[in-house]
Amino acid sequence: MNRVSSWGRLSDAEHSVVAITSAADAPAIIASTAPGIARGMERSYGDVALNAGGTLWDMRPLNRFLAFDAESGILTVEPGVLLRDIQATFSRQGWMLAVTPGTEIVTVAGAIANDVHGKNHATRGTFADHVVSITLVRTDGEVIVCGPDDEPEGRGWFEATCGGLGLTGLIVQASIRLKRVPGPWLLAEDVAYQSLPEFFELSDSSELSYEHVVSWIDITTGGGRRGILSRANPAASPHRAPPAAGTPLGAAAGGITFPLVPPVSLVNTLTLPLLNRAYYRLKRAGVGSKVVHYKPFFYPLDAIQEWNRAYGPRGFYQYQCVLPRESGLESVREILRLVARSGQGSFLGVLKTLGDREPLGMLSFARPGVNLTIDFPNLGASTLVLMASLDSVVAEHGGRLYLAKDARMPASLFEAGYPRLEEFTAYRDPGISSELSRRLLGS
Amino acid sequence: MPATASTTASTWPTDLVIVGATSAIAENCTRLWLEGGASRALLIGRDEAGLDRIATDLRVRFPAAAINTSVTDLLDVPSITSAVQGFAGPGTPGAAAGAGLTVLIAHGSMTDQAESQADLAKAASVLQVTGVSPSLWMEACADTMTAGTIAVLGSVAGDRGRRKNYIYGASKGLIERMAEGLQHRLAASPLNVVLVKPGPTATPMTAGMPASGLAPVSAVAADIVKGVNAARPVVYAPIKWQVIMTVVRLIPRPVFNRLDF
Repeated sequence: MNRVSSWGRLSDAEHSVVAITSAADAPAIIASTAPGIARGMERSYGDVALNAGGTLWDMRPLNRFLAFDAESGILTVEPGVLLRDIQATFSRQGWMLAVTPGTEIVTVAGAIANDVHGKNHATRGTFADHVVSITLVRTDGEVIVCGPDDEPEGRGWFEATCGGLGLTGLIVQASIRLKRVPGPWLLAEDVAYQSLPEFFELSDSSELSYEHVVSWIDITTGGGRRGILSRANPAASPHRAPPAAGTPLGAAAGGITFPLVPPVSLVNTLTLPLLNRAYYRLKRAGVGSKVVHYKPFFYPLDAIQEWNRAYGPRGFYQYQCVLPRESGLESVREILRLVARSGQGSFLGVLKTLGDREPLGMLSFARPGVNLTIDFPNLGASTLVLMASLDSVVAEHGGRLYLAKDARMPASLFEAGYPRLEEFTAYRDPGISSELSRRLLGS
Repeated sequence: MPATASTTASTWPTDLVIVGATSAIAENCTRLWLEGGASRALLIGRDEAGLDRIATDLRVRFPAAAINTSVTDLLDVPSITSAVQGFAGPGTPGAAAGAGLTVLIAHGSMTDQAESQADLAKAASVLQVTGVSPSLWMEACADTMTAGTIAVLGSVAGDRGRRKNYIYGASKGLIERMAEGLQHRLAASPLNVVLVKPGPTATPMTAGMPASGLAPVSAVAADIVKGVNAARPVVYAPIKWQVIMTVVRLIPRPVFNRLDF
């Protein structure tokens, strides 16, 4: 048995970790060790890839590229391949992932199972929009190959599996379509904003001419009075060498690691407003456009390995919601007001708009609207109470929470936020179960 | 060239031969060497499907590199001789690569100590696969190669016999004496011998062990590649094991024999 925590470090339970070392052996292994759930890099924040006391199928050993077609950009991989390896390998050849989340230290199967999105949702949608084919192995031995064009049956499996939290079967292979880029560079610009209406205006106008748009918001100010919007487009920059931070494949050789778990969270009511103000001043001083490598733009936090330790031994929650655009200004303002009044929260506040497209996956998160993300150090009951109050705002405005980040939402909010839940249930593999599935889906 | 190559006085290999290429540590080292500019790799092992999967992966990652595989019985003496002749003998690309050729001998079998103790045939197999065979590969390489680097995966388990893993440890200890002897024999030659001693590493081989004490395989591989490129005689990976094992070796026997680890 092994102790396993997810990124939020809220628990540390024993699991029986079973390495999946070949796709060919996978059916026999999962049949004999079910029920279980697949795990990758454990970058999800809550319990989507935890199964306390039970089996975790460790997909990380299946980390090989299987084929690449340089004409179509279609890359076929084993499920445990890291987005980091794809970006590093193919950015040199003029290709990158069309959609990437805020960390590249996640597996392809994890990106599919949580149907992640990035800073370019308006133009590129979610990760699933670029998946061409998935091979699933079920615990009864059945092998299912499905894709977006396999009408109608395969399409159903595909929509259930993208964003399906690993519950429809074990993903043992996937093909994804990369997008052409001029190289690993982006022309990026930071712009400061001083109010929420200003944010929406700036974000909308930015989306007309920039592929990537995201903003950092100071969540200590109540009304959203301080923020920095970052926007970028792919750029060719032949005259610069890549950053020297270690070799791309040997993550251990690059970056720095948060050295220890401090006895109390370093992010607390004393440090929080100071950190936020300092960050704002720092960024505001540097506004303007510059050519940057994709790593600091897409993955700023990856530069500090194990940054999640900063929140101390009790871990932290990440609250990520999407709220319909129509009432987005009021709902975001209300949430920020509640957060500021509580004195809780952190340095990490992300505000961004999501494009006007319904996601492909039955349980995918990224619906049209405005996305707000806030980290909360775990202070116990007071943090849970605060998040419950945020839940009521989300519910009232018809929004939903991101399952990849969740460790505590009530089933009622889940059911209200995910209208295709019932459709999804038919595709579940009865031999697959996670803490999240038991908490929110009843089994 | 990556930072590791330019900041130390080391040579980055152009040609790689990986014996036991399906080992997770070996696979990660191979990726790093190709990443840093090696242009050819020969993967040797007994598992054809496994070799093919790794070769395919490397070809996608490094389209400009030449990746070849060879299915070989790693225990068979005539096979060892002909394989080494084939990649390093006169007239081969390996011989032409000179100092640019690095051979990594990586195979081994981490069978459970209790099983090996209970079954003499299993003990024989561990000693054979983990100790005798890699030693013979080293010997054959040393007899054939005239320049370059022979690196072999030993283990911290070879540093001192412990009741929990002495059959595996003894095999790795055999490798250490071989490496030491070859380093003595080749001291004046341009051929380097590097003994690598990884600590417990998170690989499929150690999937059942508590993860907390295991180093990530990518980190271990990065340390190995750095040490082998620099032709250091002994490379502990991660480096902390050098300190730990020095202490472990210095514990007086009466005290050591009462310790439970």
